Amino acid sequence: MADAKAKIALELNGEPVEVAFAPHKTLLEVLREDLGLTGTKHGCELGECGTCTVLVDGTPVLSCLVLGLACAGHRVKTVEGMAERGTLHPLQEAFAELGAAQCGYCTPAFLLAAEALLATDPSPTRDDIKLALSGNLCRCTGYIKIYEAVELAAARMRGEDAKPAPETLYGVQ
Amino acid sequence: MASSKKPTRFRVVGKAHRKVDATAKVTGVTRFADDLFLPRMLFAKLLRSPHPHARIISIDTSKAAALPGVKAVLVGKDLPIPFGILPVSQDEHALALDKVRFVGDPVAAVAATSEEAATEALDLIAVEYEVLRAFPDALDAVEHPEPAIHDYADAGNIHKLIHLEFGDVDRGLAEADLVREDLFFFEGNTHLPMEQHAAVADWSPPPDGKLTLWSATQTPHYVHRALAKVLELPAARIRVIACPNGGAFGGKSDPFSHEIVVAKLAMITGRPVKITLTREEVFYCHRGRHPTLMWVKTGVKKDGAITGMHFKSLLDGGGYGSYGVASTYYTGALQTVTYHVPRYKFQGARAFTNKPPCGPKRGHGTPQPRFALEVHLDKIAEQLGMDPAELRLKHLVPPNSLTANWLRIGTMGLGPCIEKVVRGSGWKQKFKQLPYGKGIGLACSSYITGAGLPIYWNAMPHSGVQLKCDRGGGVTVFCGSTEIGQGSDSILATIVAEVLGLHPFDVAVVTGDTDLTPVDLGSYSSRVTLMTGNAAIQAAERARDVIARHAAKKLETPIERITFAEGRVFDVQEPERGLTFAEAVQLAEAAEGTVGTVGSYTPAPSAAKYRGAGVGPSPAYSYSACVAEVDVDPATGIVRVPKIWIAHDVGRAINAATVMGQIEGSVYMGLGEALMEEMAYRGNRNVVHKIPSLLEYKSPTTLEMCDVVTYVVEDPDPNGPFGAKECGQGPLLPVPPAVANAVYDAVGVRIDEVPITPEKVFKALRRKEKGEAARFGPARFPDIAWPEPTRVAPPWDGGDGRAAEGGRGRKKAAEGARR
Ligand code: FES
Ligand code: FES
Repeated sequence: MADAKAKIALELNGEPVEVAFAPHKTLLEVLREDLGLTGTKHGCELGECGTCTVLVDGTPVLSCLVLGLACAGHRVKTVEGMAERGTLHPLQEAFAELGAAQCGYCTPAFLLAAEALLATDPSPTRDDIKLALSGNLCRCTGYIKIYEAVELAAARMRGEDAKPAPETLYGVQ
Repeated sequence: MASSKKPTRFRVVGKAHRKVDATAKVTGVTRFADDLFLPRMLFAKLLRSPHPHARIISIDTSKAAALPGVKAVLVGKDLPIPFGILPVSQDEHALALDKVRFVGDPVAAVAATSEEAATEALDLIAVEYEVLRAFPDALDAVEHPEPAIHDYADAGNIHKLIHLEFGDVDRGLAEADLVREDLFFFEGNTHLPMEQHAAVADWSPPPDGKLTLWSATQTPHYVHRALAKVLELPAARIRVIACPNGGAFGGKSDPFSHEIVVAKLAMITGRPVKITLTREEVFYCHRGRHPTLMWVKTGVKKDGAITGMHFKSLLDGGGYGSYGVASTYYTGALQTVTYHVPRYKFQGARAFTNKPPCGPKRGHGTPQPRFALEVHLDKIAEQLGMDPAELRLKHLVPPNSLTANWLRIGTMGLGPCIEKVVRGSGWKQKFKQLPYGKGIGLACSSYITGAGLPIYWNAMPHSGVQLKCDRGGGVTVFCGSTEIGQGSDSILATIVAEVLGLHPFDVAVVTGDTDLTPVDLGSYSSRVTLMTGNAAIQAAERARDVIARHAAKKLETPIERITFAEGRVFDVQEPERGLTFAEAVQLAEAAEGTVGTVGSYTPAPSAAKYRGAGVGPSPAYSYSACVAEVDVDPATGIVRVPKIWIAHDVGRAINAATVMGQIEGSVYMGLGEALMEEMAYRGNRNVVHKIPSLLEYKSPTTLEMCDVVTYVVEDPDPNGPFGAKECGQGPLLPVPPAVANAVYDAVGVRIDEVPITPEKVFKALRRKEKGEAARFGPARFPDIAWPEPTRVAPPWDGGDGRAAEGGRGRKKAAEGARR
């Protein structure tokens, strides 16, 4: 409790930052409590639900299992870093459009996990998407709108003029 | 679009809209309760009981209080007033007063300058217990009245006993060509919202004497009432703000110990206090699905027509009342609303046990009997040599009718739902025709669109809306409803936008704040779209009338010709003659002052007037039909569900995209309950939860979730806003029985118990091999000393919805009916 604070420098959402915190803190706690970025959520703080996913050097990690200290000198990306200059990331856009964020609590983690997937595979199959997101739990959506949003965003990021299928929004006629 | 076959005049309603809070949610901006950090904030932790049932002999908090950083310590006697969600079961204390009733029952609380200090302080609290005999399940509690878990109950450890009879069921069974009896068990499971419960309290000392509580709650109004009662503060000095819930599913609809505790700690310390439960603690809060044992006996004619039905349920309630009395009634209420049941008898019991309390989870008390009924009907169809879909289609409850238990059915879209999933799934080519190991099963269901009666008796509206029109052309809608991810904020914006000719994004929405918003009873019982929607229509139409009056004057046009669309107010016959909406508001404001209106909604009185009729009546019933396809591995018993077809009668979709999301999410949760989710406790007397973690409480990941084909059936109900009925709970219900029926089709064994785990399938297959009954399920329903029945004649037997002379509670019911 009375630990002296440690100070690290890292790249956070594309900007250099320095932050001081009690050295036992996880990256999740440092982000939320010391950096004021509450967009990163938690559902267990035990590495079981994926809700705290952020990207470290482009790779999804569970921020509840990573010490803040371990991030010194690394690139960390949170949901707050996804939209650029007031424009939503295509994944954010597609999630909003299809209702892939219901309560929205799991959403930051899914967005970042999906972003990491599309960075390595711009044309993932449905099964690739399922596998890449299998460490993230969502209790609201049944995942379907999440898959469809990732596919829609992927198509747009490939430069296609993609629109959601009518049965995605209205059901099968 | 979904309603394309029936062209409508709607501009906004029925289309797929981005939700008004979608951008906040995809950017991480939405503030959930745990995202609040106030200056000087303290952190609270709860000490919980390690015993399932024990008397508290003494508590010594002196060491904890002396720990550096600790600002306050609370025990039961600091908050001695009991509370509970139902007026009939005010049996909880914020901190146990003299007894603990489950492992995890809160006993003491600490507020400290850090979570670490608060946690450390918990270890310094010394509690001496006298351990009592614990009751691990309902059967044990029924058979052993002593020691009583509570000092109030209908009998021993049986919290509640219900006995209702609608017509002479024995006569009905005697008229049948076939009478069949079955036993079923539905294991308890939990909501598992991704967000752990959290609350923050702030206190402004006298003379303000004002308390503010932010909480992840579905029911700020009930939390408001509970805080006033327990803290003995005037309700006018308490403000409850429901933060957007990170998932709830019924698990955040009771007033909770932790909410009251942080409020009290803030009052004592004069500083803001936050609590966030750990995931393990969320399992102790629970209030989830009641484990339910069921027995059903039905008589049918050769064509499948039901002649009479007798249904018994025994619910394992856990340590407290919660919504349990209502849950118990719900296990007997909706058997009558799908297929015509001319005579019906229901006996229900809820036992207290030493486990976390059960309460309302998505479907509240109805998925269990629906599972039983739909599997039972599958067996009946087989015995009659009928196709299960045909049997159901032949005997649907007619629209605009009354049921044996006096529920008033409005629109009834189950027929088209069945036809859609039968056609879509290729049912006729697959049922009984797939290779061994593959199977297909069908089931249907219905759910209420809001409870017809409030939780506490009162004559006021269930939902209120205020509307303010700004001279800039914006509109703000204020409503006590709570956004739990289901899209209720968007429903308000969409409906107001429809009436006033605006875009939903022109409408600002303020919800779930007892200082700012008129009461809405809360996000439960699938009531929000219908009730807040109707209130919002009324408020918006009143505003439209005021604005139209002045626009008509200005445009020198008869008021009937004034139309609101595309942000304009114009003459419908000469559309170029018009004003912007903002100009029209300015005219109205100049003439009459601030343009503000109200709307409210109260359900029509119920036709049912007997005691117990508080549960079941609803302004409208939604209907669902489901076909599930399964792959069963006979070597391991593992069941995979590749695909589900679901059709849901939603009346009318307000936001098509949200309806799809609610249906898919319901299917997902139903699949989890069907295959894997269970609240499991160690079988010994210590009754410890086996697996209070997200890893070990199995729920479907992306790898287990099935494909879903969704059909939205729209048959507008006159009681719904623009015809809308619910869609957030109903589509869960048919999934577990459809999967069970499909497993039978695949490998010829009946799994009369949920979840359908590999072990159960495997055991049933072994039994089948040995020539024993090819089944896994409960073997007996215990003898229970039921009270005399409340006898109510069904409508076709000349009844008036009241209990027969001399029946229990006739007088009370009559009083209720006059409200
Ligand atoms: S919070 Fe659950 S994995 Fe990190
Ligand atoms: S949207 Fe609620 S948990 Fe995923």
